[in-house]
Amino acid sequence: MPMSKRKTTNNSSPDLVNPPDRYWETKQNLEKERKKLFIQKIFADWCKACGICIAFCPANVFEKNDLGMPHIKNPDACNGCRFCEFHCPDFAISIQERYPDRRIKKNGA
Amino acid sequence: MFSGMTELRHKYLRHHKKFPHVWCPGCGNGIVLGAFIRAIERLELEKDEIVFAAGIGCSGRMPTYVDFNTLHTTHGRALTFATGIKLAKPSLHVIAVMGDGDAVAIGGNHFIHAARRNLDLTAIIINNQIYGMTGGQASPTTPYGAHSTTSAFSNIEHAFSIAELAVAAGASFVARGTVYHAAQLDKLIEKGISKNGFSVVEVMSNCHVQFGRRNKMSDPVTMLNWLKEHAVSKDNGSSLPPDSLDDKFTIGILADVDKPDYIEEYKKIRQKAKRD
Repeated sequence: MPMSKRKTTNNSSPDLVNPPDRYWETKQNLEKERKKLFIQKIFADWCKACGICIAFCPANVFEKNDLGMPHIKNPDACNGCRFCEFHCPDFAISIQERYPDRRIKKNGA
Repeated sequence: MFSGMTELRHKYLRHHKKFPHVWCPGCGNGIVLGAFIRAIERLELEKDEIVFAAGIGCSGRMPTYVDFNTLHTTHGRALTFATGIKLAKPSLHVIAVMGDGDAVAIGGNHFIHAARRNLDLTAIIINNQIYGMTGGQASPTTPYGAHSTTSAFSNIEHAFSIAELAVAAGASFVARGTVYHAAQLDKLIEKGISKNGFSVVEVMSNCHVQFGRRNKMSDPVTMLNWLKEHAVSKDNGSSLPPDSLDDKFTIGILADVDKPDYIEEYKKIRQKAKRD
């Protein structure tokens, strides 16, 4: 019920009452492009700041922070190649799909 | 609940007491361990039916971190202990991990005779081209012209190639991978474990602290790039000019032969002896 309520309010008053939400906008754009999104988890306790993930990432997702450890700069650019996950010697990175059930729901409906 | 590497980490590693591991930042041993647990995951083996043995060296720390039946043995003798376990209980999957100094320097004879005997073992040999743990002395696999503690003015001996040695000694499955090609590496390890017979997977690894520091490659990224540039796939190698292959090494499956392993032969002999 709350979901349907929110939908109706959004549809009836698109711009004037609520300003456009950047989050939903980008999400819808990405959905239009049918781009898969990934989540990057860094387990900082095990990270030894070797720099392999930062140097080899093809999409430049990470950048170096003051300690030399990876900081996630651009999470939407990740294309899920899992190079960093496979090459992290300390098992400190995990890559997961962000909305794994999104496409299944679409096909069902 | 978990997925990806987090799930594997919780499933196969002794993550609650031994981590972070002792290896240097960026060490290839961690990448090999990751490839190994992915191979085990893909083969869907029970944890209790795997025995993981190691010798001495940096790679000797590896069994400490995995939650299988593990064994830390004397220098160069990982394969001999593994042979004993396999003969006592042939249903177990016995895997020995060794470094280059461990496998071909002090345990060289054990290695070639295990290959000749063709018992159903898997040997993962991590070749970092130097004795890393003891301070960077030249090992049998240090390349010609490389610098190390004991060859400060460049090495005058020629390196020997572990995978080709194993092919000549009669191992039934021989493959070579690198830590840069980690996605290929876990497939090679998977094939090696499922192969019936002695299988060798040589992994070219990086030791940027002892080897790289003395050879102008002092960080892991440079060393991994070096591995990327010097690895030639076995299928593509023949198309390149032979002069350009001098300092390179081939990766991929180098030998895959089907022949009866030691335990099959031993059973035949037992039958024969009972009949007479």
